[in-house]
Amino acid sequence: MNFLNDMLQIIAWVSILLGSVLVIIGALGSLRFPDFWSRLHAASVTDSGGVILLLVGMGIHSGFNLITFKLFLIGVFLFITGPTSSHAVANAALVSGIKPTKKKQKISGNDG
Amino acid sequence: MLRSILTAIFLFLLWYLMSGIDKTLTLGLGVGSSIFAVWIVRRMENASEYDSLKVHLHPIELFKYCIWFLLEIFKSNWTVTKVILSPKMGINQNMFKVPFSQKSDLGQTIFANSITLTPGTISVEVEEDHFLVHALTFLPTDHEALAEMNNRISKIEGNVTS
Repeated sequence: MNFLNDMLQIIAWVSILLGSVLVIIGALGSLRFPDFWSRLHAASVTDSGGVILLLVGMGIHSGFNLITFKLFLIGVFLFITGPTSSHAVANAALVSGIKPTKKKQKISGNDG
Repeated sequence: MLRSILTAIFLFLLWYLMSGIDKTLTLGLGVGSSIFAVWIVRRMENASEYDSLKVHLHPIELFKYCIWFLLEIFKSNWTVTKVILSPKMGINQNMFKVPFSQKSDLGQTIFANSITLTPGTISVEVEEDHFLVHALTFLPTDHEALAEMNNRISKIEGNVTS
């Protein structure tokens, strides 16, 4: 039982640390990438992978009780609001005419 | 009427799970606010000109999709992480059209949000029968991957009666 508990704590900390690394990588990407569109993609690493790993880690760390349920709800709501706000920003950029900087810049059809 | 009662019970359970306090006053306030919320929603449904939205999602398909989607997220997280950390970033940006086959608004929303949630792709614009998607590292195989996602989401969606 004690061993199992230790294993769970280790899993929890590993996923919290990995999530933090992903958040840092997302921030690094936002700094390194050249233009608006690519920076949006860097932010989405923080939004998806970082958030999942941090919430899973915290959920396991707290043991399985009410806190886990609340963290799960936070995750569900972040998964709905995060992409919606990203889409709103991207759509506003498209409408105001920010074009991706690209050599072969084109809007291709489904067949390529 | 049954639906209202079930909604009230669900809201009250949510209240209880969020607070975790079982004093009589707190529980009483919970019961009161759940019933009040359901009453307001009923009033709104009566006043609105639209029928209440009924969309059927297959729970098992939804669950299977969630598992598959989590794996996809981690795969593309890895791809984008490699791009960020590599010294010369291999960015190949592209805007392209992705057709969708979902009938209901909810299905289309799930698809568009899934595209945006996957690192490396963002849905930018919604047209009549396709999304405009922006990709960070565009590959020709992206079309097939997105078509597979489209099929899986269409499977979640049952017969739509809105």
